[in-house]
Amino acid sequence: MDLGEINPVLLVASLMVAATPLLLAAIGELVVEKAGVLNLGVEGMMIVGAISGFAISVETGSPWLGFVAAAIGGAVLSLLFVLLTQVALANQVASGLALTLFGLGFSALMGQSYVGVKPPSMGDIHIPVISDIPVIGPILFQHDPILYVGIALTAAVWATLKYTRVGLILRAVGENHDAAHALGYKVIKIRIMAILFGGACAGLGGAYISLIRVPQWTEGMTAGVGWIALALVVFASWKPWRALLGAYLFGGITVLQLNLQAAGVAIPVEYLAMSPYIITILVLVILSADKSSAPASLGRTFHASH
Amino acid sequence: MTTPLLSLQGLTKAYPGVVANDQVSFDIGEGEVHALLGENGAGKSTLVKMIYGLVKPDSGTMLLRGQPFAPPEPRAARADGIAMVFQHFSLFDALNVAENIALGMENPPPMGDLASRIREVSETYGLPLDPYRTVGDLSAGERQRVEIIRCLLQDPKLLIMDEPTSVLTPQEVEILFETLNKLRSEGTSILYISHKLEEIRTLCDHATILRLGKNVGECVPAETSARDMAEMMVGSTLQTPERSGREFGEVALDVSGLSVPSPSEFGTALKNIHMTVRKGEVLGIGGVAGNGQDELLGALSGEILTAADAIKFNGQRIGKLGPTARRKLGVLTAPEERLGHAAAPDMSLTENALLTGSVREGLESNGFLKWAETKSFAEKIISAFDVRTPGPENAARSLSGGNLQKFVIGREVLQNPDILVVNQPTWGVDAAAAAAIRQAILDLAAKGTAVVCISQDLDELMEISDSFAALNEGRLSAPRPTTGLTVDEIGLMMGGAHGMEVAHV
Repeated sequence: MDLGEINPVLLVASLMVAATPLLLAAIGELVVEKAGVLNLGVEGMMIVGAISGFAISVETGSPWLGFVAAAIGGAVLSLLFVLLTQVALANQVASGLALTLFGLGFSALMGQSYVGVKPPSMGDIHIPVISDIPVIGPILFQHDPILYVGIALTAAVWATLKYTRVGLILRAVGENHDAAHALGYKVIKIRIMAILFGGACAGLGGAYISLIRVPQWTEGMTAGVGWIALALVVFASWKPWRALLGAYLFGGITVLQLNLQAAGVAIPVEYLAMSPYIITILVLVILSADKSSAPASLGRTFHASH
Repeated sequence: MTTPLLSLQGLTKAYPGVVANDQVSFDIGEGEVHALLGENGAGKSTLVKMIYGLVKPDSGTMLLRGQPFAPPEPRAARADGIAMVFQHFSLFDALNVAENIALGMENPPPMGDLASRIREVSETYGLPLDPYRTVGDLSAGERQRVEIIRCLLQDPKLLIMDEPTSVLTPQEVEILFETLNKLRSEGTSILYISHKLEEIRTLCDHATILRLGKNVGECVPAETSARDMAEMMVGSTLQTPERSGREFGEVALDVSGLSVPSPSEFGTALKNIHMTVRKGEVLGIGGVAGNGQDELLGALSGEILTAADAIKFNGQRIGKLGPTARRKLGVLTAPEERLGHAAAPDMSLTENALLTGSVREGLESNGFLKWAETKSFAEKIISAFDVRTPGPENAARSLSGGNLQKFVIGREVLQNPDILVVNQPTWGVDAAAAAAIRQAILDLAAKGTAVVCISQDLDELMEISDSFAALNEGRLSAPRPTTGLTVDEIGLMMGGAHGMEVAHV
């Protein structure tokens, strides 16, 4: 056992990478839930995004096109959820679970010829001077662009929900859809937009795993990150910055426990492997002990009665 | 004659199985307070939804200042100066006052400006309001202010108010009326929907009466007696329940020092409640909705458990017993919300009869259900309480509100309770059915049952209860005999104007 082998700078830098897929998916789902829709299909949309992004970037040679395709892939799959829950008014929980099962199976089918292929690399950004600052440079300014997209998206979602009229209407729809309808807002339309946004974000998150974090394609490679994202939204009390905090915490402990495993710490591997899940949930439960207010219409089907 | 502000001509709207509005025509003049009067289900709400653009009429036209007016959506109606205060408030609990108001406006100014305009308008009309408070924490009267101010900020030409006083104390009603009078003096027309006749007589210039979707008459309320209006509304003469003088027995229900937190986030905790109800006595509990009524019913039914000796039944401590154990003893309850609390909407009447009747009526043995007995119990309720339904196999949801209410109350009454607790027994029920339900409650009391009737309808409480107490912010006033109580005293028991500033207009 040699803890000295763990490089703190690399550790922090890689925790941000480990956290990004989770953050992207959670921010998307946060918007969906703020609009009053519970989409349990995050895992399915992520894995479909992962393979769509992987396939397109292999075929075109452009990781950027891959990420665009991943967002579209995730959104297209969420369209299925839209059809089920917003048009056919089916139960959201069952539809979301179906979406995940479908996404896992469908991505395996799509990905058959891509197993073992290496995707084109996106490359990290390098800003002269800033990126070369010791310690801070490698931690904050030597990552791939999508990681910054994730952080920017968090800030954008936070500001939109808090300061803009669109955000206010979105929250209103999630809070009391009957009242929003009575005031003349298009509840279904707003929810569809939110679901599509959530699908696109989940798709991006999935592609981040297959194109940057792991870079390769394996069946079921999202490995439950979609479910963690769902839990993260709840424990983050539907607050974007808390979701970011939770994602980094989860990413951090994931990376740390991998490092500890490599360093040969005398804790059974199983305990180390489960630690990110347990610690993240514990911390967020404590954080959400204040009045964690779920959107009041969350998961309820809206049907205009007149 | 000048052109009326809004003229309705032959408006008709049919839903599957029912014609909600049938050739309704009337005019609303400029600066007029026009009452729309009718029982529940008379088509008042559908009519105003058409004016507000939420529902499209099947036929008929509307003219606004002589111009054709057919708003495709509420936005268009608001742009033309129509504003509406909803009966069930269309507010968002988790958002603050300013955010709620911004949602009801087309082009809201930035939040800071909006907040100062809310302050300004609310002071002008004597409805002080803090723009940054969370709506979920406001009282019913304050919530209504939010709705009214939301409307006023848009300079409405016509303000529609759907049953605005059903959630207010008499003192709060007075403040509201002063505001409405000020609006009228400024030239705003008001369409005032209500079934409270005395209010209409004091406030309104003109009244249109709807019955079963048809315009059955118009009158000038100040010159028409309440009784005449009521008979136009109902279409027949009204029966008042009879109350025979009776002796009270010993104390059946003894509640002392009952304090429980509310199970829901925006609910009201009960604080140190004391009351006793004797056998044969009807205790009426008034108060504005949301002051602990649901919690009190829950504590008495056993849905909320309390300290064992906070509630005693014939001297036995039952505070820690659940609903089934209490039912076995003879403590029965009928909650307010018919669909979802008192009855399971998608289950048949037979199944619903079983749900509360199984213990006392012996409808199950060794875990198996006795469907034949259950069905005859359901049929007994249907015939005894004149529930209009094709049969007990129909889903609870398919019944009209009044019929389901008769079923829900009848189900408890027929189980011969020793104590019956009802919450809003006649809410949303037409006058004839309401009279039948009240009579059933009185008959039950005459047989020696102790009855607790929680209601927001003060007239109802005065009619059936022997003593009266009021819930206000989770506290219960000391019960007083009903005879001799004045409206002012009742209003004060209900918390007066809840510390709201009186309108200075």
